[in-house]
Amino acid sequence: MKKTYFSEWGIPSPRYWALLALLAAFVGIGGLSALYMEHEGHWVTGMTNQVVWGTPHVFAIFLIVAASGALNVASIGSVFGKKPYKPLAPLSGLLAIALLVGGLLVLVLDLGRPDRLIVAMTVYNFKSIFAWNIFLYTGFMAIVAVYLWLMMEHKMNPYSKPAGLLAFVWRLALTTGTGSIFGFLVARQAYDAAIMAPMFIIMSFSFGLAIYLLVLMFAFILDDRPLGDVIVTRLKNLLGVFVAGVMFITLIYHLTNLYGTENHEVEAFLLRDGGIYTQVFWIGEVLIGGLLPLGILYHPVLGRNFGWIAGACGAVIVGGIAKVYVILIGGQVFPMALFPEKAVVASGFYDGVVASYSPSLPEVLLGVGGIAVALAATLVGVRMLRFLPTSLSNQDLDPQAAA
Amino acid sequence: MSKTTDQPDQDRRAFIGKAAGAVAAATLAPGVFLHGVAGVEYRQEPVTDKVRWGMLVDSNKCADGCTACVDACNHENGLDLLEKPEGLSDDMWDQQIPKWIRKVTVKDKLSGRESNLPMLCQHCEHPPCVDVCPTGASFRRADGIVMVDRHTCIGCRYCMMACPYKARSFVHEVVEHKPTISPRGKGCVESCTFCVHRLDRGETTTACQDACSQAGHKAIVFGDLNDPSSEVSQALKQYPSRQVRADLKLNTGVRYSGV
Amino acid sequence: MYGSEVKIRLLLAAVLAGAWALAGAAPDEDWRQGNSKAAGLEHCVRSTDYMRRNHMELIEHERTETVHHGVRIESKSLAGCIKCHVQYDAAAKPIPINSEEQFCDMCHEYAAVTLDCFQCHATVPTPETDYGARAGEGDKQ
Repeated sequence: MKKTYFSEWGIPSPRYWALLALLAAFVGIGGLSALYMEHEGHWVTGMTNQVVWGTPHVFAIFLIVAASGALNVASIGSVFGKKPYKPLAPLSGLLAIALLVGGLLVLVLDLGRPDRLIVAMTVYNFKSIFAWNIFLYTGFMAIVAVYLWLMMEHKMNPYSKPAGLLAFVWRLALTTGTGSIFGFLVARQAYDAAIMAPMFIIMSFSFGLAIYLLVLMFAFILDDRPLGDVIVTRLKNLLGVFVAGVMFITLIYHLTNLYGTENHEVEAFLLRDGGIYTQVFWIGEVLIGGLLPLGILYHPVLGRNFGWIAGACGAVIVGGIAKVYVILIGGQVFPMALFPEKAVVASGFYDGVVASYSPSLPEVLLGVGGIAVALAATLVGVRMLRFLPTSLSNQDLDPQAAA
Repeated sequence: MSKTTDQPDQDRRAFIGKAAGAVAAATLAPGVFLHGVAGVEYRQEPVTDKVRWGMLVDSNKCADGCTACVDACNHENGLDLLEKPEGLSDDMWDQQIPKWIRKVTVKDKLSGRESNLPMLCQHCEHPPCVDVCPTGASFRRADGIVMVDRHTCIGCRYCMMACPYKARSFVHEVVEHKPTISPRGKGCVESCTFCVHRLDRGETTTACQDACSQAGHKAIVFGDLNDPSSEVSQALKQYPSRQVRADLKLNTGVRYSGV
Repeated sequence: MYGSEVKIRLLLAAVLAGAWALAGAAPDEDWRQGNSKAAGLEHCVRSTDYMRRNHMELIEHERTETVHHGVRIESKSLAGCIKCHVQYDAAAKPIPINSEEQFCDMCHEYAAVTLDCFQCHATVPTPETDYGARAGEGDKQ
């Protein structure tokens, strides 16, 4: 078996520093937005008493979900024993940590009282899934860090398999916890469903792999490292399966809601009458996030072209953000049915009407800042340490793969 | 025992203080409340579950267009002291300002009959907001009042997502005027407290109940659900009533009749 | 140029001068001020020494007692502290307790510990028995 070599990302220095400076600028702007929101209070955002979680949470949830999915590639190597994936594992671990850190930063900076993070880390109500998530998220970062060390330190390689198994189980628990944030809410019709946890799990598979593949192609092509079509084909086929999986679970979610009369109104809102939310659902989630990437990835000609594959990954990412937007914001704007047998004529607190929400600039900048943190961490990581294999060409890959 | 001449003897003072305290304690009524200034009694002992505070709202008596309870609550708890930040539209301000109680008018889809009622925190026995709070800031007091410990609240708003009655509000801006009986600040979540500052002073009525009585409607009856002779328990025995969103099985402390 | 012994002496003098300056600012004077009620008392809740070092623990314990258990002993409430320690200006209006050079600020500014209480709590006494007690203009931050 051919030995895999890893090396630091070797793009020319000026390019590296320019990229880092650009990302740092976005990080800085995101930080300033957070400071502004914290100092003035949330009145400067589009969030209200009706829509309490807004654009920062859309980005945060997307990043956190993608983080656990990004680890999949390493798990396929360590847990499921697929040798061709083993060289891909270190980058997978790095991306997982970087994306999670970016997402958590956005989440924490949007708190009404971010100065009370110490309170959140020391005082717990363990019936709350949020409290469990604090442990799941920090534990994930610690476990993946150890897993990375075991992978990259040659002497410790035999221990990487049990660590990989632990990491895989932990990431499933983490995504279950994230989906259950919504699944456990009895109050709102769009949530309160056991399928939220599995839906978030399959979403993580899809978004994480799309981001991973995009980062891998970007890193290799910019650094002139050989990237064979065998490994890319495996990854893109897998991505296609995951995208189809997301569409399937989404279909089950909506079909189940449509069956019971109880939920007809919320489905009519999401699928037909919801204005911007309906548009984001059909065009963003279904078309751009689902049908378009599937069409590209399984196309006999386009599916072999790296440019088109990268485009498909981008489409999955855009569709993923759209999906989280529909779930999070769409689920909040739809009124709760306090009196299902009655129609609300008037209310002093917006009962019975679809709430209005428009993203504000500070919120968007904070969310983008989180993405920038994740990318900057990845950038510094691959530059400073040996996360990237020197070659993924077809010949250099494990012979098992070529078969 | 004194070490320096200009320092008073702390030990002697401590003894005198304790002795005076013991005498005072012996002469006080051995009850839960301590008589304070102007006949106000402050709770001295921790609250127990002997009392469960609850409310019956009779929507037949609730008048269309009347907002006495809302205005009274806003005045009592200092909500009307909040000022719209400069640069914020009136529309957004109305969506962001805390509202602990609101009037709702509903119409039956079949008969067209309209009902009016105030909607507020239902003070459930099994509150979803308490379940989801990561720090335990949202909690249920022994006497049934569901409220937010704003020292521990981190402002994550998960309780606002979880509340089936949309009872909670978030403070979106810096608070300038702070009433002593209702401390409030930017970044925390709040909701109806059943006028807990009154109850802890030995009173048994809420501001909304008083206002509704004064307006002549008497649609709100508040009291101790555990006491069979209280006005609210008698009313619940007499009139048919229900919980809003009863299928959630939260055993709310607020019941409605006529809707 | 200078001998090492001279340097040591200069250094010692500088250190001592610095320490003296800091000691001058240290709060070992009596901070119960002016016309506040506390100025007339030796101590009330606990001894001065204890309060200086442990008042934050008392405050934290009492707030749990009050919020979670409904115990409202006035001498142990934050409002009680403010009633005693607040000063009044020439027009007999209370000065917000967390203003510069008022009771809390004198030690907290020196110790560089930010006060979180008054983001939410009233800084002047407001009537508690008057339902719908209005916060006075004095407590506007």
